[in-house]
Amino acid sequence: MTLDTLTLTAERANELLRTKEVSSAELYAAYLEAIAERDPELHAYLYVCDDPGGDGIPLAVKDVIGTKGIPTTAGSKILESYVPVYDATVIVKAKQRGLKVLGKTNTDEFAMGSSTENSAFGPSRNPWDPTRVPGGSGGGSAAAVSGGLAPWALGSDTGGSIKQPAALCGHVGLRPTYGTVSRYGVVAFASSLDQVGPVAKTVRDCAWLYSVISGRDENDSTTVDVPEVELPTADELKGVRVGVPKEMNEVEGIEPGVAAAVREAIALAESLGAHVDECSLPLSVDYGLACYYLVAPAEASSNLARYDGVRYGLRSDGADFRQMVMNTRHDGLGDEPKRRIMVGTYALSSGYYDAYYGTAQKGRTLIAREHAAAFERFDVLVSPTSPTVAFELGARVANPVAMYLSDLLTIPSCMAGLPGLNVPCGLSDGLPVGLQLIGPQFSENTLFRVGHALEQALAFDGVPARYRDDG
Amino acid sequence: MTGSWEAVIGLEIHVQLKTRTKMFCRCPNSFGDPPNTNVCPVCLAFPGALPVANRRAIEDCIKLGLALDCAIAERAVFHRKNYFYPDLPKAYQISQYDEPLCSHGRLTVPTEAGSVDVGITRAHLEEDAAKNVHVAASGRIHGATATLVDFNRGGTPLVEIVTEPDIHDSETAKRFLQLLRQTVVELGLSDAELEKGSMRFDVNVSIRPAGSDELRTRTELKNMNSFNFAAKGIEREIARQIRVYEEGGAVEQETLHFDPAHEEAPPMRSKEEAQDYRYFPEPDLVPVEPEQGLVERLRREIGELPGARIRRIADTLSFYDADVLVTGGLDRLWAAVVDAGADPKDAANVLANQFVAAGVDPASASAAELAKLVRARAEIPRTTFDEAVARVGDPGFSAAPYLEQKVVADAGALDPVIDRVIAGNPAQVDQYRGGKQGLLGFFVGQVMKETKGQADPRVVNERVREKLGA
Amino acid sequence: MAGISKDEVLHVARLARLELTDDEVATFQEQLSAILDAVSKVAELDLADVAPTAHPLAISNTWAEDEPHECLTLDAAFANAPERDGDYFRVPPA
Repeated sequence: MTLDTLTLTAERANELLRTKEVSSAELYAAYLEAIAERDPELHAYLYVCDDPGGDGIPLAVKDVIGTKGIPTTAGSKILESYVPVYDATVIVKAKQRGLKVLGKTNTDEFAMGSSTENSAFGPSRNPWDPTRVPGGSGGGSAAAVSGGLAPWALGSDTGGSIKQPAALCGHVGLRPTYGTVSRYGVVAFASSLDQVGPVAKTVRDCAWLYSVISGRDENDSTTVDVPEVELPTADELKGVRVGVPKEMNEVEGIEPGVAAAVREAIALAESLGAHVDECSLPLSVDYGLACYYLVAPAEASSNLARYDGVRYGLRSDGADFRQMVMNTRHDGLGDEPKRRIMVGTYALSSGYYDAYYGTAQKGRTLIAREHAAAFERFDVLVSPTSPTVAFELGARVANPVAMYLSDLLTIPSCMAGLPGLNVPCGLSDGLPVGLQLIGPQFSENTLFRVGHALEQALAFDGVPARYRDDG
Repeated sequence: MTGSWEAVIGLEIHVQLKTRTKMFCRCPNSFGDPPNTNVCPVCLAFPGALPVANRRAIEDCIKLGLALDCAIAERAVFHRKNYFYPDLPKAYQISQYDEPLCSHGRLTVPTEAGSVDVGITRAHLEEDAAKNVHVAASGRIHGATATLVDFNRGGTPLVEIVTEPDIHDSETAKRFLQLLRQTVVELGLSDAELEKGSMRFDVNVSIRPAGSDELRTRTELKNMNSFNFAAKGIEREIARQIRVYEEGGAVEQETLHFDPAHEEAPPMRSKEEAQDYRYFPEPDLVPVEPEQGLVERLRREIGELPGARIRRIADTLSFYDADVLVTGGLDRLWAAVVDAGADPKDAANVLANQFVAAGVDPASASAAELAKLVRARAEIPRTTFDEAVARVGDPGFSAAPYLEQKVVADAGALDPVIDRVIAGNPAQVDQYRGGKQGLLGFFVGQVMKETKGQADPRVVNERVREKLGA
Repeated sequence: MAGISKDEVLHVARLARLELTDDEVATFQEQLSAILDAVSKVAELDLADVAPTAHPLAISNTWAEDEPHECLTLDAAFANAPERDGDYFRVPPA
């Protein structure tokens, strides 16, 4: 049978394998064919694997997640030839369930960015419009899923790197509750914010992949036990209390088309039985970005210090150790990591710690409190995921702060360790708009339930229109 | 030290814990293995690696803190200390900063002149760096070198102990270090061997006018690898600082790097730039909040520590004897021997001398049999006694056969021998009678020889004295 | 207004071991000033009696038992090493 990888979900693929309508080798080959056809344009992949054999479903993996024997570059020249000798825990778990690593997807360097334009190996492109960005940092995984080059993928989210690309490319992405998925083996960006999460076409696929990768890991001290995952089935939202934070839905910078699509989705939720009401998160939106761009770079400045040319990765010449390290890091690190390392170093430096890093960590407490207060009245909060639809390649590269604003709406909940799900809810000017659902810690099942019901009612067609037109 | 100056000394000690595995990964904690064989992604700082704290190391640090009378934190946090060096693979060391596990303690150092309370500012946990080996590269014209790195040691658990500047002379500093070393060894926390580096220390030295409480600039002394070396190094630095001030100069803040292979060589001096370590709480590790139950259990496991034992035993014996017994690891055996009926001073004497000289393991010695020997010391020949003590560690040792060999104390039996010796040494007799009283020992010695050590030396002494007259 | 001077850029670059050309220093100075300006906003927050959040989850006492695991083979340890000298990692003199 011919497999349409643009519409095939993991759930459906699993059924086909189970009933033996399709073999695992045929399934894998279908993706390789799609990649050969569409990836030269999309550049979703940095590395494509041969079929390793076995019976499972292929899985694309963001190139910050360590895969044993398969190059892992984190989108950086400094790790261009690095091949891990161990698998990240999420990969171990995926393999235990029979999943096969299809390839490594493109990412902004060290997961720092909102467009993949910071990748040392060239940007990925949005399957809906290849002159536009797929979002970032996980733009590769996003382009792969929406471009029919993988049934699903693993991404990582620090300030929105799963959710924002999902919004820009029109598919589902979950940023899990901090501590529910192991970071062991994942190239660290900001340790108190990084989480690995599922990227998929449907909410049910997303939930399923989350159940595979989540759980306490003895190799990661910051992980905890996770409530059992329930695959959602309900198509109504009776009794669900939906909060609409004023600031997150009305802040300057949200495009009218985006706001309209989200408003319609919220109205739809109400018609499905949800109780919808307004709430307020005054400080979270106003100060979230500033807090994030102090905490994350500070942790990153320390996490990236190990790239010194001693034990792995690029090494440049130097007369002595110090000069070797300085030259290696000059040659191997791109501009965005350098900027963040310097901001982070500054924020932690003697005399500045209290005013910058210390203050930002306190701001984080306020953001967590504001969200907790909202969750006393509501089960989920909704807003647009990204203020805009996909922007053009090159539009924001010259202005780092303008690029940072892409994450304005995803960042606040990340700072509080909260889970967030992107559900595509419509188009604006022909480009996908994403709806963000945020819940309290450990509320993934609620997010899946609400997301699934909305998804069924919205019936968003996730296949990029330009691929349909070719048909 | 001239009367007008007082030395102010503080110590910073690192003790390697002898846990089975490293502080933040489960690689073996082992000394002397082939390079880079006890390593993993975590202690090599591969991308994505994460630390996981060693429970045993945490418990050991708490125990050490309790032994130093410290308050155990309700909440302790690990911090990252950031700097670049080849032996630091993450380019940060996981340590503790302003929320250490133990603080506000005290180690009381018994000395002859009385006890000195040395405040313990803090004791905290951190990981050791790897090992750099600086080598000359072969084939290079200008003697260029390289650095080779072995990561086996990297990640070993360390307890860092910092004292208040409560020490005022080199002898006390030395005794503090000895006492601390004995304490950690007795508690089973570390081998604390200076040659292997499982105990290391730096000394901060400054001086001030006697009687004042100002704190002047201090210098840091590093790399002294024995306590005697340290005492000498401290003395020399104190003398140097006195000279500097008395010549109208000022002591500069410097680090003095000694050469462990050449004690007498003057140290290399360096003014290290103030480093900005950019400490921040380690986000990959969660806080340590020791439960009361755990702390109490560890406290109960401690028992009476060496310093306290020295002070207690010095009530019965002299300070010197108490010190020798405890620092020699003999006091428990001594107490048992006394319990079994021996006189405390005699027992101390025998343990400190014959027992130690014979190299017997205190753990294997029978206290009851040793007590019998000590009590019968005057009644059996010297050589027999020494032989018995040397065997007191043998399994199933009995003093009985040795006790059967009595000294000959009967004057009637000894007189003929004494007479023979006197008659056979007329020259010495004349000299003795002429005033050389010291020759008494000669005669006694000759009699002991003739009797193959069986004579009671006190009786011989008395009889010879009598026979030779006034 | 929180700008950053050229000296401060050089200082943090040094601390972070980043070699920078003169052009790079100038460009980064401008960009970092803009970023720091944006983040300095946090100073407006009223944070009296607010404790910092070092961890999103309130967990403590995560420890492992003192049991050894299998270590890497030498080949694995050195698989990506830029310069191996016997069984050591080799670097220019420190």
